[in-house]
Amino acid sequence: MDINNITIKNALEGLKNKDFSSEELTSKYLERIKKIDKELNAFITVDEEGALNQAKKVDELIQSDEDIFEEKKLIGIPFGFKDLYSTKDLKTTAGSKIIDNYIPPYDATATKKLKDAGVVIIGKTNEDAWGHGSSGENSDLGPTRNPYDLTRVPGGSSSGSAAAVAANECLAATGTDTGSSVRLPAAFCNLVGLKPTYGRVSRYGIISMASSFDTIGHITKTVYDNAKILEVTAGRDEFDSTTPDIPVPCYTTALNENQGIKGLRIGISKEYYIEGVDKDVESLTLKAVKHFESMGAVVKNVSLPHTGYAMSCYYILVPAEISSNLARFDGIRFGKTRDQFGNEAKRRIMLGTYVLSSGYYDAYYEKAAKVRTLIKQDFENVFKEVDVLIVPSSPTLPFKIGEKTDDPLQMYLSDIFMCPINIAGIPSLNVPCGFVESLPVGMQIIGPQFSEELLYKVAYKYEQETEYYKIQPKI
Amino acid sequence: MSNYELIIGLEVHVELSTKSKMFCRCDADYFGKKPNTQTCPVCLGLPGALPYINEQAIKDCIKIGLALNCEISKDSRFERKNYFYPDLPKGYQISQYRWPLCIKGWIEVVGKNGATSKIRINRVHQEEDTAKLVHQLGISNFKFPISNEQKLTLIDFNRSGVPLVEIVSEPDFRDVEEVRDYAKKLQQIFRYLGVSNADMERGDMRLEANISLREIQNSKSEIRNDELPNYRVELKNINSFRFMIAAIEFEIKRQTEELESGRILKQETRGWDENSKKTYLQRSKEEAHDYRYFPDPDLPPILLEEFQISNIKSQIPELPEKKLERFKSEYKLSSYDVEIITREREMADYYEEGVKIGKEFEVTPKQIVDYIINKKVNIDEVLPAKLVQAIKSALQVVAIDMGELERIINQVIEENQKAVGDYKAGKEAAIMFLVGQVMRRFKEKTDAKIVKEKIEEQIR
Repeated sequence: MDINNITIKNALEGLKNKDFSSEELTSKYLERIKKIDKELNAFITVDEEGALNQAKKVDELIQSDEDIFEEKKLIGIPFGFKDLYSTKDLKTTAGSKIIDNYIPPYDATATKKLKDAGVVIIGKTNEDAWGHGSSGENSDLGPTRNPYDLTRVPGGSSSGSAAAVAANECLAATGTDTGSSVRLPAAFCNLVGLKPTYGRVSRYGIISMASSFDTIGHITKTVYDNAKILEVTAGRDEFDSTTPDIPVPCYTTALNENQGIKGLRIGISKEYYIEGVDKDVESLTLKAVKHFESMGAVVKNVSLPHTGYAMSCYYILVPAEISSNLARFDGIRFGKTRDQFGNEAKRRIMLGTYVLSSGYYDAYYEKAAKVRTLIKQDFENVFKEVDVLIVPSSPTLPFKIGEKTDDPLQMYLSDIFMCPINIAGIPSLNVPCGFVESLPVGMQIIGPQFSEELLYKVAYKYEQETEYYKIQPKI
Repeated sequence: MSNYELIIGLEVHVELSTKSKMFCRCDADYFGKKPNTQTCPVCLGLPGALPYINEQAIKDCIKIGLALNCEISKDSRFERKNYFYPDLPKGYQISQYRWPLCIKGWIEVVGKNGATSKIRINRVHQEEDTAKLVHQLGISNFKFPISNEQKLTLIDFNRSGVPLVEIVSEPDFRDVEEVRDYAKKLQQIFRYLGVSNADMERGDMRLEANISLREIQNSKSEIRNDELPNYRVELKNINSFRFMIAAIEFEIKRQTEELESGRILKQETRGWDENSKKTYLQRSKEEAHDYRYFPDPDLPPILLEEFQISNIKSQIPELPEKKLERFKSEYKLSSYDVEIITREREMADYYEEGVKIGKEFEVTPKQIVDYIINKKVNIDEVLPAKLVQAIKSALQVVAIDMGELERIINQVIEENQKAVGDYKAGKEAAIMFLVGQVMRRFKEKTDAKIVKEKIEEQIR
């Protein structure tokens, strides 16, 4: 077994055919972490004992029940969990100093679903504290490095999740995406990252950043793997009132449908191909669009006229919700006192408190809420003309560690092509679309609400022909 | 007080007696329970926990709104009221502010001169209760080393998240009697609706008053001064109704004196010190909270259809006011009688049950109400049918000719000296023979028990 070239799909086959045991597989990943994670800093907590115990249980199940692979869709798959996911009896820090000693007494719904599906939790992954950041450098527990270039950031805030999967420290990792946090690190680390439709996956038990923007996604090497996980995590949860009761399709089945890209209408929004975007990133994205065209897709120029207001809208509404969501960290029931918040959290708490203050509410929060509606409508209108949009994931290549830490505004602009998607609540999938020298580039395939099935189908056909996931980091 | 007119607005909080809490499934009945045994990640405000709405509480809130003649909003929201306090685990309370569930209601109250006036209700909204702080001196079995003299504040989260409804009146009260009547009427309505025990001692129902005084510019003028004073004193955290009335009365005196001596009153919050029988400053306007309300993104808007509202409306029982009027006209009762008999729904229901049975036995509604009030009948112990029976026999005693009965008794005693002797000698059964003799000769129907008592009196 070579963990450098393994996916969830073939790991499940290997387990089923008894080519290797879950314990062997888990041990390989634990060894790998021991070997390289000092350099990478992808994990905050490695649960060696818990992982091996679970792997042994999985092996027993596989021995005794042949149908277990039907019942437990991700049995034996080593996972990294972003440290915002509540994991019962396993320390959950949110990447922060404030709760660096907090052990949740309960599982998040997504954690529970994945546990029920048989995953092996290898450990908890590093992140920008509370999910605030685009590079991983806002982690109170030290930055994570990009496996493709250790001097560069892996993207954030799910920095550890992306680095861990890219560097083969686990087979898949969970993430959260409030403004870019799954897609940007996936783009910087040559991975498939899903930001699902708002409400598609339960937020219950996952430490909130901005409740009306937070989406619960995950990072994998391939589209198939990604779709497989969503089959497990998606769906109505009575513990989260914002999850609608919309049936969950069998996403992986749809991938194998014969119907290709022919006739697919792809929108190119001029607001996403602008001055200041890295020329190589832009040309790789457009090259992918050409590729789709060659596969029979129809490309259409469209416009999302309110895009220019998106970042202002985002940085009013998101801090407002953050300031309220972080209020529970008062040091009374758990955790440390509030002076332990990092600079970015403090900045956002102050911004949010300000825009909600009496006398400012109308000018900021309420106005921004109206702009949000306009941005949503932009997308609704565009999706009357096209099936999906393809836009660059990041305006730049993975940048150097420390390059943007002194300039929060520049850092915020890393998310310029992603925040509007969270404002609208629609799904977006980051798919690798090439390399500039040794640095990965990703693009987003964006669709209307609850169109994850379509996004996977489109991405899968492209991935089948390009196979960028096979290009491994040297670490 | 002569130059000033009293202006009071009231905020009433009432805890609903739903089975589970407002936003989680913990048991909502916390009274007398061991601290922190009815909690979960949601009501403890643990990281990642999210609220989900208790539908029954919303229905109860709407019932209260309808009972107070409110309009029910078809699109209301839960909002976050952000402030820090150790009893508030999330750092915000889920409440309603810009989009309350019920608006624009009213209720009639009776004031000090017996006049009825209308109190406008600004809103009735749904929120959640906070945890409870317990202040005490150090305890020995505490896991941290604390001396027995050290003051401790402990937090009991059993109450955290219990459904709370707030009823906010307009500043329409003009005297203390109106306040008293309002509180009494609300309490009665809550109990009639069965939405709360509304027990003030237990803290089910809590009052806050905003008080200011307005100068009467020209008492002879027909034109009313409708402008509100530019200050108001908020009386808060007063746990008993009696103390609240005392605090209001103290404030009237204090504010009058202040105004008369030419001082300017400011917006502030005051509490009540029962020892000195005085109100005291808790917080001035400068220190007032900015609650930074905004719609709670964790909860969807509460969207209601007309049929849902009328459905809830149909579940509302007859309310005290209506019942009182009906009893008056239907049963021809006095105001005094109906006031007592309709004070509690259980009593009113009991009474009506009695009236129904009474009809068959020729016992009138008036006779029933008199009996209940005079005998202080315990309705939990005496079934209505038994009650009617008791009234019936009591009535017979009154109706029979006592002179005639005594004459017959004397006659029977005279003629049956042996039986009398037997009874006196301790033969208890002998008396029943005498009773039988009397009842045979006495033409009217009568109660054997009464006859027996009478005979005993005569023999002794």
